Amino acid sequence: MEWDWAIDGWILFVGTLSACSCALLGNYLVLRRLSLMGDAISHAVLPGLAIAFLITSSRAAWPMFAGAVIVGVITALLTQVITRYGKVEHGAAMGVVFSILFAIGLVLIRQVADHVDLDPGCVLYGNIVQIALDAQFEDVPPAARNLACVFVLNILFVGLFYKELKISSFDPDLATTLGINATLMHYALMVMVAVTTVANFESVGSILVIAMLIVPAATAHLLTDRLGVMILLSQLIACFSAVTGHLLACYGPGWVGVDAVANTSAMMAVVVGFVLFVAIFLAPEQGLLAKWYHRMKLSSRIVRQDVLGLLYRWEEMNGESGRSMRRDEVLTVVGGGSLPTRALRKLLRQNEIVRMMDGRDVVYRLTDSGKLAASQLVGAHRLWESYLAKHFHLASDHLHEPANRMEHYITPELREELREQLTDPKHDPHGKSIPSEPM
Amino acid sequence: MVNRRANRLRMVWAAVWVALLGCTPIADAADGHRVGFSSVIASGVPVSGMLASGGITDNSVSFPSWDKIFRALTLRDYNTRIVVIGATLLGAAAGVIGTFAYLRKRAMLGDALSHATLPGIAIAFMVVGHKNLGWLLFGAAVSGTLGVLAVIGMRRVSRIREDAAIGIVLSVFFGIGMVLFSIIQQMNTGGESGLQSFIYGKAAAMLHRDAMLIGGTAFAVIACCAVMFKEFRLVCFDQTFASSMGRPVFWIDVLMMGLVVLTTVTGLQAVGLIMIVALLIIPAAAARFWTDSLLLMTVIAGGIGAFSGWMGSVLSALLPRLPTGAIIVISTGVVFAFSMIFSPHRGVLAGVYRRWSLSHRVAHQNLLRALAECEEDLAAEVAIPIADVHAKRFWSRRHLDRLIARGSRLGLVSQIGPNTLKLTETGRRESRRILRNHRLWELYLIRYADIAPSHVDRDADEIEHVLAGDVVEELERELEQESTIPPSPHKADESRSKGVPA
Repeated sequence: MEWDWAIDGWILFVGTLSACSCALLGNYLVLRRLSLMGDAISHAVLPGLAIAFLITSSRAAWPMFAGAVIVGVITALLTQVITRYGKVEHGAAMGVVFSILFAIGLVLIRQVADHVDLDPGCVLYGNIVQIALDAQFEDVPPAARNLACVFVLNILFVGLFYKELKISSFDPDLATTLGINATLMHYALMVMVAVTTVANFESVGSILVIAMLIVPAATAHLLTDRLGVMILLSQLIACFSAVTGHLLACYGPGWVGVDAVANTSAMMAVVVGFVLFVAIFLAPEQGLLAKWYHRMKLSSRIVRQDVLGLLYRWEEMNGESGRSMRRDEVLTVVGGGSLPTRALRKLLRQNEIVRMMDGRDVVYRLTDSGKLAASQLVGAHRLWESYLAKHFHLASDHLHEPANRMEHYITPELREELREQLTDPKHDPHGKSIPSEPM
Repeated sequence: MVNRRANRLRMVWAAVWVALLGCTPIADAADGHRVGFSSVIASGVPVSGMLASGGITDNSVSFPSWDKIFRALTLRDYNTRIVVIGATLLGAAAGVIGTFAYLRKRAMLGDALSHATLPGIAIAFMVVGHKNLGWLLFGAAVSGTLGVLAVIGMRRVSRIREDAAIGIVLSVFFGIGMVLFSIIQQMNTGGESGLQSFIYGKAAAMLHRDAMLIGGTAFAVIACCAVMFKEFRLVCFDQTFASSMGRPVFWIDVLMMGLVVLTTVTGLQAVGLIMIVALLIIPAAAARFWTDSLLLMTVIAGGIGAFSGWMGSVLSALLPRLPTGAIIVISTGVVFAFSMIFSPHRGVLAGVYRRWSLSHRVAHQNLLRALAECEEDLAAEVAIPIADVHAKRFWSRRHLDRLIARGSRLGLVSQIGPNTLKLTETGRRESRRILRNHRLWELYLIRYADIAPSHVDRDADEIEHVLAGDVVEELERELEQESTIPPSPHKADESRSKGVPA
């Protein structure tokens, strides 16, 4: 497929605009757990379009726009009414409202469609290519102009009410005490969603409006905890998906050997879905990979500390001059597998233990720095045991397990505090001595 | 070149969406004609043979003759019979399994599920190469299940919440499906025309085997629900208890979800993927208004579903211009609206009536208490000036007059002069009881809740109307007040502050 800037340029422009305007509002929908409201509104505006047409008998843009927006807001209102007075769960109430409205819209549209050519492909479900073709006759396609207006409107809305939206999204009660009308903000947001949804029908179609409303914001939410950054990221993701989506739609089928052109806006939804898929795995803190890495790091630290504690107790029991612990004995206690082996190797590298030969057996001894680390760990363990015994009145055979888990998370400050609380004990409940802090 | 491409794309768009709307496009997508709605109307008609009169230009919904109505209602025509039976059974099955999905708060998951079937249908067609109903539905079931798993997985491994996960799955899966469909349309393998119509809502053009399939599925779903009723109930209401009873909660859940998938996939043919979720949710939500028992709710939801299916298919047989799927959904909507407004316990009207009667009772009891206090002030059972009663509370004179009129109708007060009234014997007994309840509660608050005497009046004012007999008895025991009216704490308070011995 050859690339024609006069057409593809407009497609990129319109696609990006609609993706960005949806993604902007989507941030608040996702944060308020209202994602499905976008879904509901975009289905339910159908009867609004049909009724506007029935009343005005023309395809003029403004009445249709107004009709759709009004029905969109009615959807939000009806959902609220059914939730409150019918005591139906919010999601189900939304399903009830939008499917019935959609059905009514279908019936109406059937009556309307005979009078005048109300092409569902154009008016309801978008046709990004047609918009670009309009550009051949006019300088700027009207859809692009409308979308630009809506985008600017959305930016103004979010920019002017940034603080109000933020507070009422995260803490509606706080918003009320601060004198912000949270209900008003809710419906203002719903109006903006309806406006954006309707304006976007022409370019990306209703299901893909939902994709752009939810997916970029959800992806950005995986990447950051700050609202401002989240909004910026969602815009970047929306831009990227729009551009990549169109390129893939044009050339993607060719790469897999199919002579065809895929649907542009559908491909945008696929791309944004793929971005989310990648983010679920690769996000810096929320990602599966990052979580897995942190878990691995933690468990290997725990195993290393277990080895140090074990060697410390061994030397404490057998005395400085006694027999050193053999490798197979260490592994029996700590457990087999690759984790303890790697832990031993790392401890050797960090010079916390040394490896010696005792006859034909490999044995380990703590070095001075290893002894220091181990004494802190065992100190933490025994302090915690004393603390549990004193304040929770646990039996002495119930102390070891919780202390064994806690010891890895006790910081020097906490050790200090425990010592103060327990008036600097010398022995734990089992009678073992608690190593003192090094000076 | 570009024009052709654009045109082709437009065709694809129109075809997919037209199909989605539950209609059948007849214009061949390849020959470059615009697929408008008019062509859709002409093709998306029931095969019941009644349509012959409805041409493209005829846009009026004409009222059918009684003969036609009779024929449709008695299922005389073979095709009508097929459609009606299929739609009714589908409605019943969806209502029954939808009840459990609704109670498990999985209603909207059905929406994600139905949208997620699209790529499976496309891939099944690409692999098999022709329209084979079994394979297409198999593909739909597999990708629908994948969609549900994606929602569950996303919620479990990331911070994405359920609502966002549902929106993500339904839009992205649908996008994948549309990409595949737009490619299939251009591959020109033949046999793909009408593929969408084969899948989306062509209830009106249902064939014998479709009806058989839907009937078989519906029977299987309902039978399964009947057999597993106890297990489903346990899992719906108390999962922890169910697992402590040793039930395989996970597998019961999987079975339940599997039945939802089965119903959805077979229902796609009849109502289309956007509206199938309505058949799962709405009958269940409507049935919930009528009963608190799960068994009854399931039966009622099944009944509502069946009724809507029947209603929708008969109506669209009579008025061939109406799309069957949409009419079925609107029928459920009408039942839902009726239930929500008129249900005796949870309905809106019942709620309004309850509130109205409560406020009536409260106002009435307020009058009686005011009268009892007036008598107490006067220390005699004599006629009371209305002005005194008026001074007791913040109420308008008109409101008070209305209350007095009602009280005298009920024989509790009798108006003596234009400005005085007197309690009757029954009225006195009732008014003293109310005053006593008020005082008991005040005393209780002062003694046990450590509330200042000046603050107890308002609280007691609200509670006195709803104190049940056993609570009053308990208060009597706690406060050692047998059958006397305790003195008002406010009077004692005032007199103390004035230095007068109580």
